[in-house]
Amino acid sequence: MSDFCLKGENVHLWRGDHHVLRGVRFQVGGGECLQLTGANGAGKTTLLRTACGLAYPEGGEITWCGENIRKDLHAFHAQLAYLGHEPPLKAELTARENLLYWVGVRRRVEQQELDQALERVGGDTWSDRPVRTLSAGQKRRAALAALTLMRVPLWLLDEPTTNLDAEGQKLVGALIDEHLQDGGIAVAAVHHELAVSVANGLQRMELTVE
Amino acid sequence: MSNSGAIGQDPAARVRAHETSAARTRNGGESSVSALTAARLILARDLKLAFRKRSQLVQPLAFFAIVTTLFPLGVSPELSRLRPMAAGVVWAAALLSSLLALELLFRDDAQDGTLEQYALSGRSLTWLLAAKTAAHWLLTGLPLALMAPLAGMALGAPPAAVPGIIASVAVGTVALSLIGSIGAGLTLGIRRSGALLSLLTLPLEIPVLIFGARATELAIGGAAYGVPLQLLAALAVLGLTLAPLAASAAVRINLE
Repeated sequence: MSDFCLKGENVHLWRGDHHVLRGVRFQVGGGECLQLTGANGAGKTTLLRTACGLAYPEGGEITWCGENIRKDLHAFHAQLAYLGHEPPLKAELTARENLLYWVGVRRRVEQQELDQALERVGGDTWSDRPVRTLSAGQKRRAALAALTLMRVPLWLLDEPTTNLDAEGQKLVGALIDEHLQDGGIAVAAVHHELAVSVANGLQRMELTVE
Repeated sequence: MSNSGAIGQDPAARVRAHETSAARTRNGGESSVSALTAARLILARDLKLAFRKRSQLVQPLAFFAIVTTLFPLGVSPELSRLRPMAAGVVWAAALLSSLLALELLFRDDAQDGTLEQYALSGRSLTWLLAAKTAAHWLLTGLPLALMAPLAGMALGAPPAAVPGIIASVAVGTVALSLIGSIGAGLTLGIRRSGALLSLLTLPLEIPVLIFGARATELAIGGAAYGVPLQLLAALAVLGLTLAPLAASAAVRINLE
């Protein structure tokens, strides 16, 4: 389907005296989703941050399409979208303006694309309101719209369903499904099972606290 | 809620669209933007944000106005006594006002994850932070340069000194913003970083204060102020060359 592949080889990372990632191994190819689970403090977020190059592993390596991600970090970053705990939205700007500036740093976004992405996440009624007036779930939906607009093969998602209602959680599953069918890769740290329907492409990995 | 995507429902077509899009991304892409375009967008965003949060915009200017107004009250209302110290007062107030605004340079963007997104955007973080610093100068340095002649004249500077005061403060604050961006990057992960930021940046800003005050003093005295102004410009160029690189390295360390 596609030649994308994200691989972690014997990844070790310490936070002070705490050995957070202890020889973590994973491999996710195009059309596959890796669902990370584990208790609080097990290292889900740390693994995602290491996989996207924000944190440096003290041992092992992360490779993208066979190359260590550190070899050309800019090129690797251009192919990934990372969604953290809190969406990086400015309270004083509208959801539409936020998306324009957020995604616009990566690629030119046409107004029509923006409308479609916002409509897709149910944001057509609130996209022109300042973000400070939106609920946490609406902010999360706006972040999901940004994710789809980035058009990148690798999605790294940290608790993507946080603050979302049941309909919103289904939406996350549907967006990931579409992304996988398009040949993309998704790695998501979750506390609840993702509502994805791609039966063969879902891998599960549980991280444990030391 | 509809589950139909913008690309359509045909899986084969979607695969082709995604792979074409991914290939475009790999090759720099027809829809991907240059670092300069991304930097312009950030500049526009920061200016828009500042005008929607006017209190932050006004704070350094109000501080500058208050400090320069208090001096005549504390020293003497006689212009003959104030004139010799006008340059020093204007520059000390400009430096402290610039410091006051520095704490906010990267803080909000670091807290809400925007800096992380910049670091992961695939664009040069150095360019993006340079754009943020440029916005900071436009919002604090430039207004200070425009206010400085008023403060100078209130302290006895002649109207003929206005171009010299504006030029020295405008060029000097460029250097202050750039030097300050390094300190702001280094203190990003520290709560209430104001005091540490001052300690880190003030020693580096002393040459700017010395040359800036000298240029302003010469302008007030009606003498040629070209040499100290050129030295200020040299500091600004040096800052422009090195500060964004140092600031982006500091920000990357703090994002880890």
